[in-house]
Amino acid sequence: MTDPLLPPKRKDPLKNTMMGHVAPASRSRAAKAMAARAAQGRLVLQSCATCARVTYPPRDRCPTCWGPLDWTDQPTGAVVLAETTIRATTDKFFRDHLPWRIGTVRMDAGPTAIVHLHGDVAVGEAVEMTLKLDRGGNPALFALPVKETPNMQDDPQLRVFTASPKHRRVLVTDGRTALGQETARALLQAGAQVVFLGNSDRLMRYNGQPEIEAEAGVEPVTLRVTDSRSVQELAAQLGGRIDVVVNTALHTRAGTVAFGGKLTDLQEAMDVEVSGLMRLAQAFGPALSARSGDGVNAAAAFVDVASIYGLTGNPGFAGMAASAAARMTLLHGFRHEMQQTGIRVMSILTGPIDDGWHQSVPPPKVTPAQIARAIVQALEAGQEQTCVGDIAKNLMARWQDDPLLTVREENQ
Amino acid sequence: MRKPASYDGVVVCAPVTVPYVRFSPETAHWWTGAALFALAEKTGLRPADIDGFCFSSFSAQPDTVVGVVQHLGLSPRWMDHIPTGGASGVMALRRAARAVQAGDAEVVACVAADTNQIESFRQNLTMFSRFSQDATYPYGFGGPNATFALMTDNYMREFGVTRETFAKLCVAQRANALSNPYALMKTPLTVDQYMNARPISDPVHLFDCVMPCAGAEAFLVTTPEKAAELGLSSANIRATIERHNAFAEDPVQTRGGWVRDIDTLWQAADRQPSDMDTVQVYDDYPVIVSMQLEDLGFCAKGGIAGFVAANEFTIDGTLPLNTNGGQLSAGQAGAAGGFQNMTEALRQILHQPLGDQVPDARQALVSGFGLVNYDRGVCTGAAVLQVGDLR
Repeated sequence: MTDPLLPPKRKDPLKNTMMGHVAPASRSRAAKAMAARAAQGRLVLQSCATCARVTYPPRDRCPTCWGPLDWTDQPTGAVVLAETTIRATTDKFFRDHLPWRIGTVRMDAGPTAIVHLHGDVAVGEAVEMTLKLDRGGNPALFALPVKETPNMQDDPQLRVFTASPKHRRVLVTDGRTALGQETARALLQAGAQVVFLGNSDRLMRYNGQPEIEAEAGVEPVTLRVTDSRSVQELAAQLGGRIDVVVNTALHTRAGTVAFGGKLTDLQEAMDVEVSGLMRLAQAFGPALSARSGDGVNAAAAFVDVASIYGLTGNPGFAGMAASAAARMTLLHGFRHEMQQTGIRVMSILTGPIDDGWHQSVPPPKVTPAQIARAIVQALEAGQEQTCVGDIAKNLMARWQDDPLLTVREENQ
Repeated sequence: MRKPASYDGVVVCAPVTVPYVRFSPETAHWWTGAALFALAEKTGLRPADIDGFCFSSFSAQPDTVVGVVQHLGLSPRWMDHIPTGGASGVMALRRAARAVQAGDAEVVACVAADTNQIESFRQNLTMFSRFSQDATYPYGFGGPNATFALMTDNYMREFGVTRETFAKLCVAQRANALSNPYALMKTPLTVDQYMNARPISDPVHLFDCVMPCAGAEAFLVTTPEKAAELGLSSANIRATIERHNAFAEDPVQTRGGWVRDIDTLWQAADRQPSDMDTVQVYDDYPVIVSMQLEDLGFCAKGGIAGFVAANEFTIDGTLPLNTNGGQLSAGQAGAAGGFQNMTEALRQILHQPLGDQVPDARQALVSGFGLVNYDRGVCTGAAVLQVGDLR
């Protein structure tokens, strides 16, 4: 069983902050393809298009028949054959996390693999294999107990691969929406120490304000993502005390491109969703980066919520889809920058939200509470990309299969 | 499978060791030059006299054998670059011997050299192999210690081997090293010290690990006539084997490629394990020594604990093993670690030891094991050598 993770002690201002290192980052192209699938929480290995044999480590051709290889989802079962506890290393990242336990497992899919071991698994036991991303964005096989064990999530090695809200301090950028409020509640329920809840206009009341501001752990803060000075001021005040940023700021307005869409809606959406993201990234990115190795509540993640229609466009919400597309693209660059310092940049992609701006859209729609749960799950799993709700999941599957067709289908 | 041809008309001579140092600011080229310099002192050969060159190194980047040949003023009519680390000595011998037999070269200098700068070990690990980079080192970055710890853990469990067995091997090798003036480890090691050493990657402890260092090893492969002309003592090659990526289906490595070719080796040599006066096996970790003694026929698979208990491995023991101290006690000079077993075997049967002489040594087994590309050593080889002419 795992020892429960205790809240961090008050930080000693005389001590150096532990620098956040990143595990060795150089990888083959095949390993990067594995990472792209790991980002979606899939356990994949390569199987041969000709002989169907599954192979690992990542290769470029089948070692049995030299046929081409495809990445395919695999059964998650495995058995631990051997283990070791590493107590010496030349690598800065792992040196900060010694001792480190790894093992050799035989996967039900066929191959054996060297994997990270959860503290509650031992040689001879069946395990549940997961494919995670390390803080540098590279694929990492991690063996978990088959059945939930006490405090399983608190395993120190597992916590390196997640951004669990437990004992962490989170900034939710827009608390004026049901989405922001539900996110704050879900984070606190998952053990967040405090949620700083952004409010862009202190003089204007919003729905749910008395209730959410009365919740233990919620600290309202002034934050206008469209105002560089406001973002910088908050970062200067709180940057060193924020471990996770969740950007829930959205600007959804109906409208087409040529026939009745308002240019000001597009400009406003771009300012909130795209420029806003860049302001947050510039203000909070360096502060998060400086604390990625800072103990129990080390800075861990930046989570961004955006519309799935950024992939394809959307005929009824053209401006919103355009700003979502720009937001996603910006996020790719931000993610790469933050991988150098060990901060996860995570993406939550949603279909139409069940709110006042989507009244014209038929169900199924996604509730704010659903998105809030998805954010917490993504943080707890360390999963880079999550689609929430049936529409987003369906659209992502079609887009991965045939992006050009999906764009045509979505814009009819 | 066709029987391999004999090694008639080929001899091995002039084993050379450039004394190891823990860290060196010099390059692999410098160490290779130092080995050739020592070879020249011993044989009187000048650059123009060497018409074959076989090279092995991990630290000569960006150069291969091509750059080294020009760097050191050689003009061979045959050359080769052996990338197999711990198996490179046996492989260099095999290739050079066939080149000499075929007349492609007459005097082949086989050289392995590596430097060890302060940062070398860490940098070599990072770039060691694609599978290591993708699928081994990101898992805790324990380097070879962690990979061999997994193998050792599995081996001990499967065959009921305890650390006491490994202790006896390591302690004997240290005793052997004490007479070798070039060995980096110069103090005796006791079983208690071995057992109480700090864990590095369980169950691998401090004295299971080699000390990375800089150094070079070389030997000459030529015709019996040429050796006589140069006045060099020489050894004959009775038989050799080589195998790569054997038993890929074994989930964890418990045996090496020797198992597939062992009958070929002893039949072609017309010898058996008990005929060997000394054995020089690759010893990056004691589990690999154990595996080789089993796979090369000294005892049955799984019988290592009993075999070790029943034998003594010091120079005056029942099976003189790694008589220079091996890499565990002399140091691991990169690819030269795959040559030192060859040079030490030659020195013992040619009666020109660095330290103590194995009494009346005439026949030796050399075994190589190289390159943990992912989770196991890929390359294996072995050679049976016999004294030829002593001059």
